[in-house]
Amino acid sequence: MSSSAAGQHLLAIDDLGSEGIEELLEVAEAFGEVERRSVRKVPTLKGKVVASLFFEESTRTRLSFETAAKRLSADVLSLAVASSSVKKGESLRDTVETIEAMGIDAVVLRHKSAGAPHQVARWVNRARVINAGDGFHQHPTQALIDLFTVRQELSLRRGQQSERSGLSVFEGLNVLVVGDIRHSRVARSQIQAYALAGAIVTIASPGTLLPDDVSSWPVTVAENFEDALRSADIVSVLRMQEERGSGSFVPSLHEFTATFGMTEERSMLLKENALITHPGPMVRGVEIASRVADDERCLVRKQVANGVPIRMAALFLALSSPEEASRD
Amino acid sequence: MADRERRHTRPLGSVFVPHAEVLSKGDLSRALTRMAHEIVERNHGLANVVLVGLQTGGVPIAECLGELFLEIEGSAPPVGSLDVAFYRDDIGLRPVLPEASTEMPGDLTGKIVVLVDDVLYTGRTVRAALNALSDFGRAAQVQLAVVVDRGHRELPLRPDFVGKNLPTSREELVDVTLEGVALGHLESR
Repeated sequence: MSSSAAGQHLLAIDDLGSEGIEELLEVAEAFGEVERRSVRKVPTLKGKVVASLFFEESTRTRLSFETAAKRLSADVLSLAVASSSVKKGESLRDTVETIEAMGIDAVVLRHKSAGAPHQVARWVNRARVINAGDGFHQHPTQALIDLFTVRQELSLRRGQQSERSGLSVFEGLNVLVVGDIRHSRVARSQIQAYALAGAIVTIASPGTLLPDDVSSWPVTVAENFEDALRSADIVSVLRMQEERGSGSFVPSLHEFTATFGMTEERSMLLKENALITHPGPMVRGVEIASRVADDERCLVRKQVANGVPIRMAALFLALSSPEEASRD
Repeated sequence: MADRERRHTRPLGSVFVPHAEVLSKGDLSRALTRMAHEIVERNHGLANVVLVGLQTGGVPIAECLGELFLEIEGSAPPVGSLDVAFYRDDIGLRPVLPEASTEMPGDLTGKIVVLVDDVLYTGRTVRAALNALSDFGRAAQVQLAVVVDRGHRELPLRPDFVGKNLPTSREELVDVTLEGVALGHLESR
């Protein structure tokens, strides 16, 4: 296996391919061990500079990227957009050029416009770009966290070591993605990732919240939500993205909850050993009932904990070289 | 050189072509037995001793030494493994080697740590391992045991216990398995 993700920008899941996904999960597994030590820091990226540019608000993604960079001993610059020259009307290109002129090694970028990280990746010469969410388009590290967490859980049940299981645990797995798919970059990344890993992906959402180009996605649209729940191994519940105006796509949030919410009654339909994931932040009582969120089948807390090792792996691989120059 | 490292070493997918057998399986087991005795002698027993195999080549050697101690002293010290990938000074120069795990048998403070590797070459792996060890506590002493010392050091390090001193050229490759030690080179298929 050659290092396919090493030295590359991390912009979208389909750039990684199944080999890249597997490689990133393996490296994250090794960083998971670092997380369990008493001194949770390694000198791997000493002297490298990572800039986090968040043009959209975020709590956990930003915190976990910055924690990950610091655990790897990188220096972290975080640009608070609200108090930067962006407010004076500086363009994204100029901001990026300023940053590159300062010798930054990696840029972690979140932007409201789809494709912004791809654009930035074309502008930079030496820095590597990691997409931390762009518009409705992609949020690759979140999808990788979901796969990593599910793999850990399933390997544990099967008595395997997750670092030895590759992507085989996903083979033929029934994954059901529920909710506001139209506005969800997590869904786009996650569906690609699960499909590349060999899972069978079904989506369920109100017709108005289905993406327009759904026919070109590697998914089937569930005809009956309740039936899809009965056969699902993994249920990925998505947040209703009120800030993107999801509310106006359904008659009312209450109506959405009644038809596509993960209510307690619906959770009874699930298989005994089914797992529930949610990318957070959860809106309890809308897409997921509080009782279901606290159910032991729900992996939300584990997903948050896995954010750091996955992002350590993403930074480490992006700043690694694909070419070997020395050996001992 | 462990399988996994070979898969990642350029030219990729190349095969190891042996020129000469350096140690037969019997020679290797006698050398390891001698090293085990030396380790016991130097440390007046095995109290406080922890063996740490360097991933990936040193791990089977450390386990083998652990079994020998059981025969010699009737007790085996804890055996751990260490992957130094995150401590190397050549990130960006080497491909990543995932899969290998670090498993440390508890805090190393006050312990005598015997680092075990298959081949000592430039010394950079050992340098990285010394840095890594300090994250697991303040060891009372760190000693180094290697099956083959092939020379070409780039750092001021020397081993405490050596199976075989083997003069080599930089183009050659030393292959250590529990089946024996061979000298050869890599050839693309």
